[in-house]
Amino acid sequence: MSLDILFYILGGLTIGTALMVVLSKHPVRSVLYLVLTFFLISANYVLMNAQFIAIVNIIVYAGAIMVLFLFVLMLLNLNKENEPKHSPLMTIGAAIAGGALFLVVVAAMREAILATPMIDTNSEKVGLVENLGQVLFTKYVLPFEVSSILFLAAMVGAVLLAKKEKQTIE
Amino acid sequence: MLLATLFESGVKIEHYMVLATALFVIGVFGVLYRKNAIILLMCIELMLNAVNLLLVAFSTYFGQADGQLFVFFIMVVVAAEATVGLSILVLLFRNTRSVDIRLFNKLKN
Repeated sequence: MSLDILFYILGGLTIGTALMVVLSKHPVRSVLYLVLTFFLISANYVLMNAQFIAIVNIIVYAGAIMVLFLFVLMLLNLNKENEPKHSPLMTIGAAIAGGALFLVVVAAMREAILATPMIDTNSEKVGLVENLGQVLFTKYVLPFEVSSILFLAAMVGAVLLAKKEKQTIE
Repeated sequence: MLLATLFESGVKIEHYMVLATALFVIGVFGVLYRKNAIILLMCIELMLNAVNLLLVAFSTYFGQADGQLFVFFIMVVVAAEATVGLSILVLLFRNTRSVDIRLFNKLKN
């Protein structure tokens, strides 16, 4: 019963902070709300006993990616004054489009027929590091290696973009 | 074990489906509403996290590890995407002195 209430509290807070990301005018405040959203999503993962994903979510998203965003915001020195203005017509249009999408997807989900889950003995251990590592290094070892090439490509791309600018300054 | 019994305590998988849809729609709304290119990238992160949440929920629901590994690979792709996207944004800011997404329609010509 208490897990039920915990889910509703976490879900409500997650939606609230996600809305604040979009609605707050100050970009730095937006980033901080997004960090809070990621922490709440991690709490949801813990609730589902996906411990490895919960920790990786905090380390990668809240720790690395959001710090990168914050660095870029500080570097560009953005604040409330040079925030781009938007028209009220655009706001109404975006709200209607988002609401319509939500209604369509929820209506489609109501029609969906889900398979009944198989409850076996190790289903509660599925999110633990031991189990995930076992699957990652047997079934998914090729995508794991390919992702290292992706990182290399991203690294080369980022360095190249930064270097090109330096040459034009000189 | 207390934590493993989430789906037997009244929380249904449909609840997570609605929660993930709501988060995704907030991300879509942000992409349409905001004009700041960095906030746009953040809204994309929000949408990807909504998908991650649903994948983990179904992975736990069916007791299969595959969904959680997909989340792991999505995180890898997001890290690469954020790096390259932000470096392109910094480059564009140096040229136009603005992060207004509407200025970037100069690329049309």
